[in-house]
Amino acid sequence: MAEKKRTPAQEFSKGIIKENPTLVMLLGMCPTLAVTTQAMNGIGMGLATTFVLLGSNIVISALRKVIPDKVRIPSFIVIIASFVTLIGFLLEGFVPSLYDSLGIYLTLITVNCIIFGRAEMFASKHGIGASILDALGMGLGFTLALFLMGSVREILGSGKWLGLAIPYLKDTPMLLFIMPAGGFFTLGCIIAAVNKLAKRKPPAEIACGQGCGECPHADSCGGKAGETA
Amino acid sequence: MKTLIVILLSAMLTDNFVLSKFMGICPFLGVSKKLDSASGMGLAVTFVMICATIVTYPIHHGILVPAHLEYFDTVVFILVIALFVQIVETVLKKTIPSLYKSLGVYLPLITTNCAVLGVTVLNIDNSYGFLQSIVNALGAGLGFMLALVIFSGVRKKLEYADIPETFKGVPATLIAASIVSVSFMGFSGLFG
Repeated sequence: MAEKKRTPAQEFSKGIIKENPTLVMLLGMCPTLAVTTQAMNGIGMGLATTFVLLGSNIVISALRKVIPDKVRIPSFIVIIASFVTLIGFLLEGFVPSLYDSLGIYLTLITVNCIIFGRAEMFASKHGIGASILDALGMGLGFTLALFLMGSVREILGSGKWLGLAIPYLKDTPMLLFIMPAGGFFTLGCIIAAVNKLAKRKPPAEIACGQGCGECPHADSCGGKAGETA
Repeated sequence: MKTLIVILLSAMLTDNFVLSKFMGICPFLGVSKKLDSASGMGLAVTFVMICATIVTYPIHHGILVPAHLEYFDTVVFILVIALFVQIVETVLKKTIPSLYKSLGVYLPLITTNCAVLGVTVLNIDNSYGFLQSIVNALGAGLGFMLALVIFSGVRKKLEYADIPETFKGVPATLIAASIVSVSFMGFSGLFG
């Protein structure tokens, strides 16, 4: 991936469309499905994740020559968890309503595969400037995907958009869409639509099927999980 | 006070971690293609969840709360889980090689499984006691395994289905997951 030299603009924009973390790379599925019952929550979650991603990318990229290879995974995890704690404090203090609606999923940003994946694949191999652009692009791509998911589910499921009632739809909301089942369904349809528009074949597999080159656990599993899966 | 049975069953069925709380979606979609890998992953997750709860509970109530450092929960818990996964892997490799062979490949994947961190944090958030926490972890793990095993059966059928080109692969899997999730909605309201 990193072999080709990219211009700064490409570094930024790849995360939004070509390598959109949620809709193309299929990372970070848990928050994508869990918090997107409202468009506003999607934006909040996306921005919180972007903040953590930006912070951890900067720190990891700055420390990439200092952290020994053997202990890099625990080191990355601690750095990420610290930023998650920080954003938790900030949201609790300044946007308590968002803090309440994100709930436990805010803590779970720590184990969001997007952040860990970017740390392992990008920040630990590139300079600070490129890592910042990468984090902003990926974060924006994630936020947009979440906003899209949240909009579809909020409009169909509760007949509102960003809290504004929509005539007709308001009277007979399809409750299923804000339930867990609707989350899976919406995401499946959006990924299919993205594939149709991009004229690509849908990815056959999540996680292990994408090849060990991109998997943060490639070293430890040695490709075995992919075979058995 | 909820009884232990209610905690166990609600963590397993009504509040199933995968299908209604959306935790651990990545392994749910990634490792559910075959029945034996699904049950192996389920067992490994259940095991680590219970062990992580046994370790994090005393740390939270014994060290962090008296020192007023509750906000370090996330950092400490995730480190404990990462450390623990490593220890379990090493110990299993040395002592029970046969179990290691069947669970070993899934263990490294568990560190970033949000269901494990989720269950330890939820135990604290719901202010469960020690025994209740362990039962909750057990229920969450069994629920995870149940969802994986059921879903692996559905996916086996899905392979033979004639699906439109654009929906092949992940989209079809997600829509199948949605239908399985609908079936779990039947459990809601079981415990009032």
